[in-house]
Amino acid sequence: MNRLTWALADGWTVTRREVTHWTANPGQLVAGLLFPVMVLLLFAYLLGGGIEVPGGDYREFLLPGMFAMTMVFGLEGTFTAIGNDVTKGVTDRFRSLPMASSAVVSGRAAADMLTTVLSLAVLIACGLAVGWSARNGLGDALAAVGLLLWLRFALLWAGIWLGLKIRNPEAVMALQILVWPIGFLSNAITSPATMPGWLGAIADWNPLSSTAAAARELFGNPGWANDTWAAAHAVELALAWPLVITAVFAPLSVRAYRNLSR
Amino acid sequence: MAYGTLYGMTYTIEAHGLVKRYGARAALDGFDLAVPRGTVHGLLGPNGAGKTTAVRVLTTLLRPDAGTARVAGFDVARDGREVRRRIGLVGQHAALDEALSGRANLEMFGRLSHLRPKAAGRRAGELLDRFGLAGTGRKAVKDYSGGMRRRLDLAAGLILSPPVLFLDEPTTGLDPRGRAEVWAAVRALVADGTTVLLTTQYLEEADQLAHRVTVVNEGRQVAEGSPEELKKTLGGDRVEIVVHDPADLPAAAALLGPSAETDPDTRRVSAPAPDRMATLTAVVHDLAASGIAADDVAIRRPTLDEVFLHLTRGAA
Repeated sequence: MNRLTWALADGWTVTRREVTHWTANPGQLVAGLLFPVMVLLLFAYLLGGGIEVPGGDYREFLLPGMFAMTMVFGLEGTFTAIGNDVTKGVTDRFRSLPMASSAVVSGRAAADMLTTVLSLAVLIACGLAVGWSARNGLGDALAAVGLLLWLRFALLWAGIWLGLKIRNPEAVMALQILVWPIGFLSNAITSPATMPGWLGAIADWNPLSSTAAAARELFGNPGWANDTWAAAHAVELALAWPLVITAVFAPLSVRAYRNLSR
Repeated sequence: MAYGTLYGMTYTIEAHGLVKRYGARAALDGFDLAVPRGTVHGLLGPNGAGKTTAVRVLTTLLRPDAGTARVAGFDVARDGREVRRRIGLVGQHAALDEALSGRANLEMFGRLSHLRPKAAGRRAGELLDRFGLAGTGRKAVKDYSGGMRRRLDLAAGLILSPPVLFLDEPTTGLDPRGRAEVWAAVRALVADGTTVLLTTQYLEEADQLAHRVTVVNEGRQVAEGSPEELKKTLGGDRVEIVVHDPADLPAAAALLGPSAETDPDTRRVSAPAPDRMATLTAVVHDLAASGIAADDVAIRRPTLDEVFLHLTRGAA
């Protein structure tokens, strides 16, 4: 086998490790999958009753937001797993083996994308069960799913970088908590138009908002009249933001990984 | 295989003038090492002396700022991958996937060492048998005892039957039984011809396992030799008297002559015993004649602990 085939084979071995985790510890997998479902039900049935979407049903509005938010929350899984391997010495063991060094990262990336697809599938099924649906046909629906995964893919790099950089458990905990305001400071749950001006502007430009708004557009779900430039160009931004995030964090991650040997 | 040679000797691990700086602090400051093939070499030193840094450089995990090192005939900086094909590393933490079973861990590391799936499975089975883990191969590692974890960790370092094995404090945190298990495993490996570099905080461990020992302090080699040779640097054997009554200490010291040393805390006086048994006989005879009540009289060899404290005095 040549170098590239080995790189793929090694990456797959690292990915399979994650899949083995699912079978070894199904409880954890199920808990991970049910968490976004719980948040969904919380907003759809407990809090959502008080939220009215002009010209539409709140659940129709909420679901694409939940999809996008799940993409962002996936970040936690990435940096926790990467950080654990570094502190436990597993990364060093990988680095002392004659394996392709790219596999440590590519294997993790593939594993996290698999988890994301699974989690998105569960959430979509729940969405359909609570009355949400994609109204613009299969092509647009797939495009929306593509944009969601594109955001998750970009955040992989941020997660890998954070996991390599942030070692102490307190900082990891702080980071896990910080993901929440990033998730909620967006149009995922409610329109930025309802927020104080400056907060609304931040929420409007949150990459999560662009992806959520683009997904609403493509799924044919109601948006929330918000006539800002960012809202008007959601699909373009949903393509551009992840590109920017990847362009920033992919090189940073590669550098942080190389710097493990410094 | 081209192994490095120096003075006609063949060395499997060689380091020349390794330097590794972290800011103003030098973790390695001109570190030299030469380990002949098929031996166990101990690296001893206080915490922060640079032992782990040396191991990390030799296993290609860390790039040195200066100096060169060759392992199994390959330069660690230039031919990292070739070095990695020939080494096993067992670090300070048990670097295992806690959620996976012992067998799954070994299979994964085997696949990543580029064994075919079948070969990786077979090798995992062999290693589990060899380290007495056959019955626990399917249990998740998080349910293993400390000793079992360490043995599995050691097994993971041996997947490719590497000619060179690096053990960084392999028994830290183990109980005496776990430690004995690891020692037995290391002895068996050496019997098979593996070259082992061992860092340890336990001098008894170096004494038990290592053919030669390098004492490291502040990133540099400060002494090198077999444990016996190192002990001799402290002046060889000593005769020691433990008196019953501390008041007798000066009289006992006088009996041992001008080079006697007194330790009131342990009611002990000691002096060099170049003639061993002859000295002991004379001391026993003199003691009886003097009427000093002694609890113990013996010839004692300096321990590696004393050598270590002597060589690294003033360090952390």
